[in-house]
Amino acid sequence: MRPLTFTVRNRPDQRLDLSPLVPHLLSGKTAVQIERVELQTTRYRVSVGDVFRVRMGDAEQIRIEGAGERFDRVGQAMDVGEVVVDGDVGIQAGRLMAGGRLTLRGNAGPWAASGMKGGVIEILGAADAHLGGPLARETAGMRGGIVIVRGRAGERAGDRMRRGTIIIEGEAGAYAGGRMIAGTLIVGGKAGPLPGFLMKRGTIVVGNGCAEMPPTFVDCGRHELLAMRLLAELTQPHSKSSAALLRRPLQRFIGDMAVLGKGEIFVGLRN
Amino acid sequence: MRVLTVKGVRIDNTFAEAFGMRATGVTITADTPRWARQAALTMTGFATSVIGCGCEAGIDRELSIKETSDGRPGVRVLLFGVSTAELQKQLTARVAQCVLTSPGSACYAGIEGEEALRLGNALRYFGDGWQISKRFGAKHFWRIPVMDGEFVCEATTALTKKAVGGGNLIIIGRSSKATRAAAEAAAAAIAGVPDVIAPFPGGIARSGSKVGSKYKNVQASTNDAYCPTLRGAVKTSLDADSNSVLEIVIDGLTSDAVAAAMRAGIAAIIRLGPKRGASRISAGNYGGKLGPHHYHLRNLLP
Repeated sequence: MRPLTFTVRNRPDQRLDLSPLVPHLLSGKTAVQIERVELQTTRYRVSVGDVFRVRMGDAEQIRIEGAGERFDRVGQAMDVGEVVVDGDVGIQAGRLMAGGRLTLRGNAGPWAASGMKGGVIEILGAADAHLGGPLARETAGMRGGIVIVRGRAGERAGDRMRRGTIIIEGEAGAYAGGRMIAGTLIVGGKAGPLPGFLMKRGTIVVGNGCAEMPPTFVDCGRHELLAMRLLAELTQPHSKSSAALLRRPLQRFIGDMAVLGKGEIFVGLRN
Repeated sequence: MRVLTVKGVRIDNTFAEAFGMRATGVTITADTPRWARQAALTMTGFATSVIGCGCEAGIDRELSIKETSDGRPGVRVLLFGVSTAELQKQLTARVAQCVLTSPGSACYAGIEGEEALRLGNALRYFGDGWQISKRFGAKHFWRIPVMDGEFVCEATTALTKKAVGGGNLIIIGRSSKATRAAAEAAAAAIAGVPDVIAPFPGGIARSGSKVGSKYKNVQASTNDAYCPTLRGAVKTSLDADSNSVLEIVIDGLTSDAVAAAMRAGIAAIIRLGPKRGASRISAGNYGGKLGPHHYHLRNLLP
């Protein structure tokens, strides 16, 4: 069955909340009902029919074509099916997602995968700041699932992350994995200053060093650990480059000794 | 009793009687096949019979680097027990004492199923607070720091209640050498059957037992009907020219696996023939009233 497709007709004159356009909320709805779904974030009402041309199809496979950075909360709280977006998206894409697969064929705004619980998010472009991170007032960020960013990520990727896996194939900004509670964050390229700042537990792997290592991490030496090899086998289907990084010898640092000190940062070494 | 002979080997018109058991499995990997095998052998060494060892365990098969989750050579071990609680106890003790301690080892779930047994979840406390939990998708592992690096252990393995224990072949020959050759051939054939183990040494038992004894504290005693030195003194099951008997006991994850193993064993014995091997194959049962699984030898011929 062909996918349920939303093609942008008009550029919206306000930011839109696309969180209703997920499989579990659209399944069973008719074309007319879908076109009446409201997406506005201001007092001025905007419904799906005002912005998109809808081509009916299987609600388990949703395609959004021609999106832009004003389209917020794409795939929010989705738990089944697949959403594919051609173009960039705004804030909080895949926030609180619990299952299914969200593919963004462009760049994602801040707080992508925020508080994610399960499923897979793939971002072909770059991710802005706070990837997987908590909103203000929340005590934990991402707590499950897998996020793959093919490009670079902004500051505070994996902030307060609790569980799950984030793979950034490009570079990461400052404070990658800051305040991590647990989980796994892999940065294929170089990380900005102070990765793992105040992390309690969890694993950060940095392929190409970082701008400034936090002073409260201690060096445990060079290792080729089986756990990293196992992680490589498991990440192989999602990211070949990060699997290759995990198979390299890695320098292990543990910290952050300013807090619990049971986290670890692995830095890739040349063979 | 109707006599059936296949290529000179007499097949008794009888059946093996087997019982329902609980079973679990683990996959042990190491840096080399030798060390994976060593950990598995140590773990399954004293595990021939549930009566004296708490569980019956053995190596199902060796796994290539393509078949294991960490890309290292491995061995799949199966454990069979009479209750979930005892199986859990044996699993924890054996992995803790024999696998955790073995150089370079790692331990993963060896079977899939609905019910879980604790594996790394029970061993993690050895890490004294330095153990690390790692989840990836549905997989959950524990990393326990040890003196050669880390012991990686999956959090749980599964339990099956559909396992069968006590499938058997009684192999009878004219000399100990010939009977041993037949039993070795059968054990080698059974080792190639997936999802089964033969828990006795090298897969072979020489001291088959009967239920009960003249001594009140002994649950099982020598199977005098098959002891060649007692022929004449007791009600024997042996012919005049039978001088040696060996038994193969088979536990399997499913009844079909046990039947396949018995079929493979019988075929191997018949292939060897009565001159170099066994002259007769029989099986042990308790009259058919105790165990729900009956494997008639005549249905398992090659």
